[in-house]
This record gives sequence, structure tokens and C-alpha cells, in this order.
Amino acid sequence: MTDISAPAVAPRTSTRTGLMRRLRSTEGYQEEITGTPGSRFLRHVVLIGLGLVMLYPLMWMVSASFKPSTAVFNDTGLIPAQWDFTNYSSGWSALEYPMETYLYNSMVIAVLNIIGNIFSCSITAYCFARLKFRGRKLMFAMTLGTMLLPSHVVLIPQYVVFSKLGWINTYLPLTVPAFLATNAFFVFLLVQFMRGLPMELQDAARIDGCGPLRTYWSIILPLTVPALATVAIFTFIASWNDFFSPLLYLTDQVLFTVPLALRQFMSAQGASQWGPMFAMSIVSLLPVIAFFFIGQRYLINGIATTGMK
Amino acid sequence: MSAATVDRGVSRPRRRGTSERGDRIAYALLIPWFIGMLFTLIPFGISLYLAFTDYDLLTSPNWVGLDNFREFISDPKAATAARVTLTYTFVAVPISLVVALGVALLLNRGVRGLRFYRSAFYLPSLIGASVAVVMLWRSIFGYAGIVNQVLAWFGIQGPGWTTDPDWALMTLVTLSVWGFGAAMVIFLAGLRQIPRMYYEAASVDGAATVRQFLSITLPLLSPVLFFNLVLGLIGSLQTFTQAYVFSGGTGGPADSTLFFNLYLYIQGFQRFDMGYASALAWVMFIVIAAFTALNFLVSKRWVFYDD
Repeated sequence: MTDISAPAVAPRTSTRTGLMRRLRSTEGYQEEITGTPGSRFLRHVVLIGLGLVMLYPLMWMVSASFKPSTAVFNDTGLIPAQWDFTNYSSGWSALEYPMETYLYNSMVIAVLNIIGNIFSCSITAYCFARLKFRGRKLMFAMTLGTMLLPSHVVLIPQYVVFSKLGWINTYLPLTVPAFLATNAFFVFLLVQFMRGLPMELQDAARIDGCGPLRTYWSIILPLTVPALATVAIFTFIASWNDFFSPLLYLTDQVLFTVPLALRQFMSAQGASQWGPMFAMSIVSLLPVIAFFFIGQRYLINGIATTGMK
Repeated sequence: MSAATVDRGVSRPRRRGTSERGDRIAYALLIPWFIGMLFTLIPFGISLYLAFTDYDLLTSPNWVGLDNFREFISDPKAATAARVTLTYTFVAVPISLVVALGVALLLNRGVRGLRFYRSAFYLPSLIGASVAVVMLWRSIFGYAGIVNQVLAWFGIQGPGWTTDPDWALMTLVTLSVWGFGAAMVIFLAGLRQIPRMYYEAASVDGAATVRQFLSITLPLLSPVLFFNLVLGLIGSLQTFTQAYVFSGGTGGPADSTLFFNLYLYIQGFQRFDMGYASALAWVMFIVIAAFTALNFLVSKRWVFYDD
């Protein structure tokens, strides 16, 4: 937290165990349950009630995806009175291309973004966290500064450059920036993590004749895996959900990502195709939800770390 | 950039532990970063230039001085867009933060199944800006949607939330509040950092729960609250996907969800008035920078660092 206003780049070995524990722990909380049995019960009532309100829209959508389109707003029960499994098959092929085209496109972009962010952000973070060179503080401060820059300020010139390069209707505008360490948030997260790794490791490697690149690859990168998992999962979710960049750069249907395709249910099909629309909405959310359940400890520990020192 | 930095410092005394060679290796490893930074900073400058031009992407930019900014001041749609965005931000961000803090406090008291609750509350924040969920929101707040069905149980005839200009924006506010989980997780991590002995000492001194919250929790949590506030404001002011999908790209009904970024998109990429769109982008940038600077200034009065 304090680092945002005043980046202190000195290695702080004292915090290493704390930070590593935070990113690695499966359950970071000391379970100490306070209060009388009555207040504990009340707490659960409040939490369960809130949880139901939060998750009800999603449950309703799952239910709606199995209802005939005409019944979506008439059949109010969560269990469909009449099951309709055809929503999934008809929704799958309702658009110009079958759904697998869009899923594949989204997946290609997401995987490229993950690879790009993992390598470019980690090597950049390694330089900021572990190497000494002139201009380091300034450069790190600049990186943090770009976090406060609204993306729309650079949008138009970037669009102009991409269109002059002939990159419209390619995946290049959606993937190349990830290879250039442009995500300051991830660089910051990785710098915080790498600063916590013991400096002695690096000294030992140097004595053994490891250069900086070798040290990065063989020593630092393997130790950074928990933080890289956080980066990978966040990247996947952000890339998968991204609507604006594909909207801007992709106009050819065959290149569309899932969000772009999904939106067409709303405009093209009108209001009558509720069932297939919700079915495909579920399909579009499943990968995110799957990644969430697989990697939630990295997500929660990662997001918690960014708000801390 | 790297070459310049290296050359300038040749004759200067070196800090201990650095070397020319070390510098060069670091700069080489930072080549992707340099390119990325140039690719951010140069467009940043160019967009300022374009803000003073008339530009449609096909012909070269034509200098028009302050015309775009004059147009902005007299453009009623731009005023609407600013009002919509600020209203949304000033309603959605405080509500989200209060809910996030409240739930975090509840969870921090210790409950069985903490992990389950935390996941259930956190998941929505990851999908709240997805096209699927925005379309879902439109449906559940539709005239015959579940929100009105629930209201009907209590004998209330709800409005057409998505078609009534008075309510459409509030519908998006509820979607924003639904995503309180990200802030909640940060609050929870912050609460965990507060040493338990402070509370024990306060209890011994006879401080009640409310007193403990005001005198211990709130001050020690203030850096985290500040962090969430700054991120929330910056994020809310830049809302786009929700508005676009919700209104089918128009900002309707009756411009009630015409967010600033959506208006910028319409001007720049539908009307190809990229000069005016750049001016809008710079107005946005200045407002966000001003908010953030103000936040940091005011934070000196209320954010407490326990170092």
C-alpha cells in the first residue's frame, strides 16, 4: 500500500516469509469463532441470506437455460416446469458460426495473453526487484503511474497505429501488448513477491557463476510460481471477459470472441430467443467459473496482497 | 532511452554494487518493458495533439485549436455523459465499499464455512462486467423479470427498470454493488493484519464493540479503505461494457446510461470524430487525475499508517 505513493525498491528480506505464506497458504485465516451461540447463528442467517441474494441471479439463469423461451418469464420456479434441453444445441448453432469457433478464438487469445504476461511481466519484475541499475526507481514509478492512466487516453492513437499497420481484424492488437509488460498491476504484484524471496539465493547463484538471466530462469522463476499462477488466472479471466478491445479491433465474424458473439443474441435474435441466449451465456461463463474454482486461493491471496504493503 | 541513460552517467561516481555491465544486462532484459512504455507514452502525447485537431482517420489531422474543448462545453450530450458517469460513481462506489466492509467485518468475526462464504461473495466480482451477466441483469430487471415478480409478492408494481430513464442507471448500480467481493477480500486481508491484542486491551479498558470499531478497526484499516476507494473511483469512472451491452451501444433509454466512455466510443469509432473523442479522453484523464490527487491530499487527514 505505501509502495504506491513511495516505491521503496530496497530488498526487504524481513517480509519474505509473511508474503510467501500469504500467497501459498490454503487457508490464511486463524479460525477463532467469537460471539455467543445466538449471535453466531444470526451471523449465519445474515450470510446465507446475502449469499442467496447474490447467487440467485446465476441460479435463475441456469434454470432459464433449461426452459422453453416462452416460459422463461412465466414459469417463475427455479425448477423448470417443462425441461427444454434443445436450448443448448439450438443456441450453439444460432449464430453465423457455431459456438466452438468463438470459444476457440477466445481461448487462443487468452492463452497468448497468459504466456505474454507471465514472461514479460516476470522478467520486468525481476529487474525491478532483484537487479541494481540506474533509473530503476524512476522506471518502476513510471510503471506504477501507468496504473492510474485511463486506458481510453491512449486508445485512439493506438487504434490509429494498429490500423496503419494493417492489424485490424487480426489478434495482434489483442495479444502483442501482453508481451510488452504493459500490465503494471501484474508487474507490481510480481515485484512485491520477488522482493520477498531470500537475497542469499541470488548471491549463491552469482558465486556459482550464474548471470542475471540464468538466475532469473533457474532460481527466481521457479520460486515465483505461486504468484505466476495468480497472474495466469487473472489474465485468463480478464482476457476471456474482455469486450471492448475485440469490439474495437474485430469486425470479421469468423474472428469473433465469445463476448462479441454473445452480444448478437441480444441484437440479432431479438427478445424471443431467451432460452438459447441464457444457454450460451452459461457456456461463456463456465470457463471463468472453472478457473475460479481451480485457482481461487491464488486469486484471493493475490488480490489480498495487492492491497497490502 | 536506455542508451541515453547509460552515456550520461559514465563519468559519475558509481553506487556500490552496480556496474556498467550490470546496467546493460538489466536494460537488455527490460527491452519489452521499454517498447511497452513507449507504446503507452507516445500515444499519450499524440492523443493530446489530436485533441486540438479535426481528425477522421482517413485524412490527416487538421489543427483547430480549442474548438473541440469549446464543443465539449456546449455539447449537451457530453454534459449528460458526465452527469451519468459521476452519479453512477458517487452512488455505486460508497455503497459497494460499505457492503464490502460490512460483510468483511462479519466474516472476520469468525464463522464456520468462511471459505465457502468468501467464494460465494467473491465470484460475482469476477463476472460482473461480462456480457453474459449484463444481459442477465437486463432480463432480471426487465418488466416481467424476477425483481418485479418479487416486488409483486409485496403488492408493489415495479417500474420497467431497464426502459425507464429514471431507473436504468440504478439497475447498473445494483450490478456494481453485486461485485463488492473484490473489495471485500482486500478488506478481509486488511482486518487480519490488525493485532488482536489491541482489541483485548480495549476490552479490558471497557470499550464496547462500536467504540472498538471506531477507535481501532477504522483507523488501522484506513490505508486499505483508501486503496479500495481509489481503485473503485478509477474503475467506475471508466465503466464501458455494462453501459454498452445494457443499452445496445446507444446509452439509452433517453441517454440515461450514456456513460462518458461510451460517448467517447460513439464519437471516435462510430462517427469517426477522433479529434473530439481525444478531447473527451483528455477531459476524462484530467478528471481522474484530479480525483486521485484530491484523494491523496485528503488522505493525509484520515488515512492512518501504523508504522
